[in-house]
Amino acid sequence: MFKILKKEELSDVVTLFEIDAKHIAKKAQAGNFFVLRIHEEGERIPLTIADFDRDRGTITTVFQKVGKTTYHMGILNEGDYISDLIGPLGIPSHIENFGKVVCVGGGVGIAPVYPITKGLKEAGNTIISIIGARTRNLLFWEEKMRKVSDELIITTDDGSYGRKAVVTVPLDELLNKDKDIKLVVAIGPAIMMKFVCKTTEKYNIKTIVSLNSIMVDATGMCGACRVEVGGETKFACVDGPEFDGHKVDFDLLMKRQIMYLDEEKIAMERYREKMGGVI
Amino acid sequence: MEEKKEEKKEEKKKIRVKMREQDPLVRARNFNEVPYGYVPDEAVEEAHRCLQCKRPTCKDGCPVEVDIPGFIGLIKEGKFLEACYKVKEKNALPAVCGRVCPQEIQCETLCLVGKKGDPVAIGNLERFVADYEAEKGEIKIPEKPKPTGRKVVIVGSGPGGLTCAADLIQAGHQVTLFEALHKPGGVLIYGIPEFRLPKVIVEREVEYIKKLGVELVLGAVIGKLHTVDELLNDEGYDACFVCIGAGLPMFMGIPGENLNGVYSANEFLTRANLMKAYLFPEYDTPIKRGKRVAVFGGGNVAMDSARVALRLGAEKVYLIYRRSEAEMPARKAEVHHAHEEGIEFMLLTNPTRFIDDGKGNVCGVECIKMELGEPDESGRRRPIPIKGSEFQVEIDIGIPALGTRANPLLTKTMQDLKLNKRGYIIAEEATGMTSKPGVFAGGDIVTGSATVISAMGAGRKAARAINEYLKWKYWDVSNLAKAI
Repeated sequence: MFKILKKEELSDVVTLFEIDAKHIAKKAQAGNFFVLRIHEEGERIPLTIADFDRDRGTITTVFQKVGKTTYHMGILNEGDYISDLIGPLGIPSHIENFGKVVCVGGGVGIAPVYPITKGLKEAGNTIISIIGARTRNLLFWEEKMRKVSDELIITTDDGSYGRKAVVTVPLDELLNKDKDIKLVVAIGPAIMMKFVCKTTEKYNIKTIVSLNSIMVDATGMCGACRVEVGGETKFACVDGPEFDGHKVDFDLLMKRQIMYLDEEKIAMERYREKMGGVI
Repeated sequence: MEEKKEEKKEEKKKIRVKMREQDPLVRARNFNEVPYGYVPDEAVEEAHRCLQCKRPTCKDGCPVEVDIPGFIGLIKEGKFLEACYKVKEKNALPAVCGRVCPQEIQCETLCLVGKKGDPVAIGNLERFVADYEAEKGEIKIPEKPKPTGRKVVIVGSGPGGLTCAADLIQAGHQVTLFEALHKPGGVLIYGIPEFRLPKVIVEREVEYIKKLGVELVLGAVIGKLHTVDELLNDEGYDACFVCIGAGLPMFMGIPGENLNGVYSANEFLTRANLMKAYLFPEYDTPIKRGKRVAVFGGGNVAMDSARVALRLGAEKVYLIYRRSEAEMPARKAEVHHAHEEGIEFMLLTNPTRFIDDGKGNVCGVECIKMELGEPDESGRRRPIPIKGSEFQVEIDIGIPALGTRANPLLTKTMQDLKLNKRGYIIAEEATGMTSKPGVFAGGDIVTGSATVISAMGAGRKAARAINEYLKWKYWDVSNLAKAI
């Protein structure tokens, strides 16, 4: 059992948990994720380790309420327990001094891009970060991202905050004018990562993406998370979750992500009914 | 004189007492266990078929050396609990083994009675005594031995890990058992379906191991959370047994294999068994309930997948296998059950590609007919495709069940551990000793996909070797060096 030490509502649909997990915190590195199961009947879902504190023995995760499990997590409070927490999983990010790097976080993807940005900054890179969301109240961690960036660009689709644009617009401008950019790291919805890669491809800038496939065991045992990278089948859980974005088949990823759409609806409706309109 | 008469009567009994089973058409739609098990009278009757040979050969067929005539003799006398304790002297998981061991190629194949009729139903009797003990609630915990002060860590709580843990704890060592998943049992929990091995039975056997004093840590992925080196050097463990299975599914490498609706057997079974997706939406994990399902392969895992698909409501389940039924590696009883339940066998057939419905879902599979040629290195006749014999089958779920490979997650963190070219750990057969001092290995991660009981046998051998090692801490693997 793992205790929730801190809960913070980052927006209407995005929540932060800081969880007591001494052993995982000890080994966690930027780019790692973990698997969580909230109770006996629960499913196993992967979530990124958005931050960790080895001294306090905690890991921090940020999740968006999209389905039954994440809505249920949303009603948990500080002091509540999560049945299982398994990690750290996945290959950590490759951190070195590349020179100048652009880090892009879209929506809830701002959380996983943060520890990588922080790591890259600490390694001596010059960091330009772009964080974007549909609208202002879905944005979070502006200050946290600013602290680990040399320059921070904010975009919203509806122009309610920062620049009215999608993240690829400022990214394209940056790549166009600054030839020193060596690497782009992008985490967000699959569709965003796809278009980031299309943008960077034009400039031939290496782009790292982190793939959020459906997983079960997340140790390479089941293959639910299969993705195609450079025409080869890879398991996001053990071969990733980070890959060279220019080689990823995003259309396949998106199709596989919605495999259980019908079942997710059934589970959500049933949950809403059970909660009597609280959710 | 009386005894002689009795023996003669027994000789006439060439047919074993059948275990009653759920009707095939009924059970094909539920997840309840297929056979009901013996009642005491049936068990006693079957036990009377045993000749109590002076030099029993059946024992030689048992990888964990159960005293087979010993426990059957006790059943004859109606001493069912004592019979169970007799089995447990050698086998900590009798309720599991009674159900899933391939007895027909082990103990029962060596049974003398079998020369002139059915061999004694050793597996059925083992199951009976284990279930009897559990029902009576008189589970006997052996007395705790004197502590040796030695600590052993076991990685993987499958049948090999559980057996090794039980043996070592009873030798007085402190034992910690790490499991990567959130439930203990390994393949017994995620792989073998409820109707073949009810999960309460696995839980019961694990409970017994815990009562013996084994510390069980769940959700601990060794290689990620801790490395074996950390456990041995920093955490004070004196020895380590690696028994992690071979959990990396093989795919066929044909087009369309990543379409939605194509599952590795591992995923399909893990969802259904470990995550209880067959109870969705009471349980949160979903699983696609196909109308027309094709399973590819001829082993136990293929049979299990096909029978799970049927129970999830499929109208048609095809078992597509590239050789003929005679070459199928599955347990005979499972093949028989699959037939009875209405699984359609498409033999000498191999898939060539999956067909897309245009939205990323599988809607069919193209297959090619095969014929058998000369025997290959496995001794089985090699299947050869017949040119121009391609045909299509409409399906909405496809399940490749072609076996597994070595999962490198742990082994790649152990630089000084020698692996063979397929990634399996090289270990001495008799001891499980590896190239890394203090580290023993056994089960599927050494042999490749095998059986529950062979992993248990490896666990037993490793426990014996670890016991010896802990006395002297002497590491001689010169035999292993020769093998490499």
